[in-house]
Amino acid sequence: MREHLLSMRDLSAHDITRVLDTAAGFREVGTRVIKKVPALRGRTVVNLFLENSTRTRISFELAAKRLSADVINFSASGSSVAKGEGLKDTALTLQAMGADAIVVRHSSSGSPLQLTRWVDAHVLNAGDGTHEHPTQALLDLYTMRERLGRLAGLRVAIVGDVRHSRVARSLAIGLVEVGAEVTLVGPPTLIPPEVAGWGVATSFDLDGTLPKLDVCYVLRVQRERQRLEYFPSVREYARLFGLTRARVASLPDDALVMHPGPMNRGVEIDSDVADLPRSMIEEQVTNGIAVRMALLYLLLGAAGEQEATDA
Amino acid sequence: MDANDVRRALTRIAHEILERDKGAGDLVLVGIANRGDDLARRLAREIARIEGHEIPVGVLDITLYRDDIGLTAEAPELRETRIPFDPAGKVIVLVDDVLYTGRTIRAALDALIDLGRPRTIQLAVLVDRGHRELPIRADFVGKNVPTGRSDDVRVLIEEIDGRDAVVVEAD
Repeated sequence: MREHLLSMRDLSAHDITRVLDTAAGFREVGTRVIKKVPALRGRTVVNLFLENSTRTRISFELAAKRLSADVINFSASGSSVAKGEGLKDTALTLQAMGADAIVVRHSSSGSPLQLTRWVDAHVLNAGDGTHEHPTQALLDLYTMRERLGRLAGLRVAIVGDVRHSRVARSLAIGLVEVGAEVTLVGPPTLIPPEVAGWGVATSFDLDGTLPKLDVCYVLRVQRERQRLEYFPSVREYARLFGLTRARVASLPDDALVMHPGPMNRGVEIDSDVADLPRSMIEEQVTNGIAVRMALLYLLLGAAGEQEATDA
Repeated sequence: MDANDVRRALTRIAHEILERDKGAGDLVLVGIANRGDDLARRLAREIARIEGHEIPVGVLDITLYRDDIGLTAEAPELRETRIPFDPAGKVIVLVDDVLYTGRTIRAALDALIDLGRPRTIQLAVLVDRGHRELPIRADFVGKNVPTGRSDDVRVLIEEIDGRDAVVVEAD
């Protein structure tokens, strides 16, 4: 593992396997009565969430606490950021307080990379603008591998607002790296031309794609990120690209339905589809804690080449 | 030690465990991964052969309880923990291949106690090579092997290495 986790592009297939194998060990810890191990005792993990997020922050917080690290939550509202402090000064303050890892969520793409230039701490990208969300991709890969037994050769459709989705980008990069076949599906306005370089197929026809899938991954419609009207109405979007009960019927029997949450029930996914046994949404959340424990452990549990002592 | 020595040592330890803990209906074995778990399964087979009934065997990974996390170049690799019983109230015999500094056993004791409160924990090892760094001793020992600190003591077992042996290589 490298020093930071900024992008899925930093991870080879071998690295991804190491993270998922380590996460499998942490899944077992999550089934114990005492779900806490002393591995990162005395380390400090700062959750620097400068964009709203509940589930990712809580997931990272639980992951760090189950590793016995001390956790500081730092959010935009009610902090010095609200008083106009810039990212650099915030970062230097956290550095001065002795943070060992900074988990950062920011509305600007590239801010985690910027952070690594200012601090010595390990930086983990918890979502930056429309760029990447690597921990979400890794927990999705973990869920697919655990449920379907493999990643290579899996046929996965990522459906919806690819243009604004850091989840789609990170997941597509990871899936291609491990040898899965990825199809991005959505209205032409939401599939940006840059995806041509990702090594994926594209389709504007969800119904034609469904019968050949192992995983149907539904993205959230992110109206808050859309500065223009990319589709005429939510109702039309739901009719063309919403995963309905009728559409699920044309999926192969053992195909999975996944969604990164939070869901717009009735828009991109029907309420009763979200509650089907093949729907992995809650399992993704549970796996997310184990995957984030694995990442914190792999990054903070290593001294790096220079400092390693003879143990 | 060759394969016969290893077999005889395990048979003797099985008898000693039964002698000490006999009638202990709640006797269980927990092997420390790797190799300790295979030895624990062997001991369980010996005990079943002698007593005629199976006792439960668990596997314990101590990685997350190590005292050198963050000191090695890479984070130590996790192994499997599978304890198919509630440790609370049990007489647990912890099994490992080599007893050396005692640090692994310290980690194993903390890991076990986090999983439940056993009645007692005893320790069985195939080889005690000395050089303790913590106040820990074994209850059952296959063989005491005097070694130098820089010697390499390797326990080979059939399940992993294709043969049973204990090899001491001077540095």
